[in-house]
Amino acid sequence: MNKWGDNKAWFLVIPVLVFVAFSAIIPLMTVINYSLQDILAPGKALFVGTEWYKKVLHDYRLHDALWRQFLFSALVLLIEMPLGILIALAMPKKGWGISFSLVTLALPLLIPWNTIGTIWMIFVRPDIGLFGAAINNLGVAFDHTRRPLDAWVTVILMEVWHWTPLVALLAYAGLRAIPEVYYQAAKIDGASSWKTFYYIQLPKMRGVLTIALLLRFMDSFLIYAEPFVLTGGGPGNTTTFLSIYLVKIAVLQMDLGPGGAFSLIYFLIVLLLSFIFYQVLQRVGKGEKV
Amino acid sequence: MARIELNEIAHSYLRNPKGESDYAIKRIHNVWEDGGAYALLGPSGCGKTTLLNIISGLVTPSRGRVLYDGKDVTSLPPEKRNIAQVFQFPVLYDTLTVFDNLAFPLRNRGIEPSEVTKRVHEVADILDLTPFLKKKAAGLTADAKQKISLGRGLVRSDVAAILFDEPLTVIDPHLKWHLRRKLKEIHEQLKLTLIYVTHDQTEALTFADQVVVMLEGEIVQIGTPQDLYENPEHTFVGYFIGSPGMNFLTCTLEGNVAQVDGAKIVLDEKTAALGRKAQGKLELGIRPMYLEVSPVPVENGVPAKVKVLEDQGCHKIAVLMLADKTLQAMLPEGKPVPEEKAWLVFPPQWTRLFADGRLLK
Repeated sequence: MNKWGDNKAWFLVIPVLVFVAFSAIIPLMTVINYSLQDILAPGKALFVGTEWYKKVLHDYRLHDALWRQFLFSALVLLIEMPLGILIALAMPKKGWGISFSLVTLALPLLIPWNTIGTIWMIFVRPDIGLFGAAINNLGVAFDHTRRPLDAWVTVILMEVWHWTPLVALLAYAGLRAIPEVYYQAAKIDGASSWKTFYYIQLPKMRGVLTIALLLRFMDSFLIYAEPFVLTGGGPGNTTTFLSIYLVKIAVLQMDLGPGGAFSLIYFLIVLLLSFIFYQVLQRVGKGEKV
Repeated sequence: MARIELNEIAHSYLRNPKGESDYAIKRIHNVWEDGGAYALLGPSGCGKTTLLNIISGLVTPSRGRVLYDGKDVTSLPPEKRNIAQVFQFPVLYDTLTVFDNLAFPLRNRGIEPSEVTKRVHEVADILDLTPFLKKKAAGLTADAKQKISLGRGLVRSDVAAILFDEPLTVIDPHLKWHLRRKLKEIHEQLKLTLIYVTHDQTEALTFADQVVVMLEGEIVQIGTPQDLYENPEHTFVGYFIGSPGMNFLTCTLEGNVAQVDGAKIVLDEKTAALGRKAQGKLELGIRPMYLEVSPVPVENGVPAKVKVLEDQGCHKIAVLMLADKTLQAMLPEGKPVPEEKAWLVFPPQWTRLFADGRLLK
């Protein structure tokens, strides 16, 4: 009896297969298709092999955008992870304060992403923005449209404001799941609050923090809407992140070949880094050598 | 090591307790002697863990004082009381090795590294943990983990007492026996004050020199296992200790005779006199082991029906009906076994009277 062919269970997999095909496989194949051809006109294409990949990999503007992207993600993670944990530790553990702080924290997460860009664009405007005008009046020259450092500070602040709540909420969930008895044992053992944090809370939060780290890495590495609205990639190219640059090539210039090659490389970088992060954190959890 | 005194302790988890029922601990006033092995026995929810947490300082009692060697420690936190506590589930520092886990309480107290190493090896030796010292604690079996929790208590040479909160709940039955013996050995070796909370009577009776039985936030009896078995001071103790538990029959008194639904049971003069003076609901109690069962009519025998005979290997248990009341009796090996009818004899020296649950004496 043919165990594989006769198995009716295959029918149960079909809906998922169709869904994944349309949501992932077919679009991905299209992109691969673009990246290997030079499309001259609709219906007229030339196979170019790895030509576009070579071109894209030698594009110095892409290199710049890539380093910018690494720096951005690194800064964002370095600020958001500890800050999120600190907020979670400071959140109330009982009473009405819980729902109050949860709702307050969740607010930035509920706002559409391009609206966030708009809010911050107005907020930091040197002439009328609450933050921009105030800080200029205090004598600090601040203009995110002209000074690269100010633009970076603004983008990072915006990102931190927008996404730290996610880290805080996840960390809070992790903290609440720690049984009371661990704290009691730590008290009996005479552990300081730092040691309680380091040896109990942090290891017990590892699972949720892994998820937070992966989500935050991927999201920050793929960031588009907020900086696009806020700075449009400027001043100059100083806040042109990978996705902004990709949109410039693929959509604004309609260079589908290089755009496709770029997308695939971009996708592979995110996949590879997420995989490395995950593996490292798993090993840390099991107490193996990293 | 210390003598621990609980002075008029009461505790409620509510901020403004009103009636008596709001108190998890109603009134506890007793002394735990230095070097004793105590078991704190009672059903779930009777306040055992609360009492333990009051002793260790995790809970500050609403009323009363806790004294260690005469010194008032009521308001001191656990780390200042120098006490060790082992919890129901093994609590480990997952990222640390077994050695570092055991060393943790010592290092927190700033003990010399050489002394730490010495103590950890001693304790690991006692608990058979030496082969695991370099391993991470996270990957070990449940009983090894619980031994580490226990080791963190033992490693401090000067603890006032070690408190155990149902520490063997998660351990496999055959390892339970092994760990319990280990505890007993440790007690004999180190002469520590041990207080062991459990709701398992076998555990309590095998572990402790003194068993403290709690019910609804109060101590109902403190005594040796034998005391509890032979002289239960409360119907709860009689029912809770021993398997099967003590038989209780609601009765009325007429002279020296207790009437149970028309059946007449003769009591001794002293017990009957106490019963005549007592107020409240009278109950007659007798251990299944002391209830004599005869297949033929005997003097002072009360007729009863045999409902079930359970063979438990070395002896038989007879379930008997006296009017509409159920009684259990243990039938010794080799004695004639009743079939349908039986005559029960209540030996006066083992027949007790209880008024509103409390033994008359």
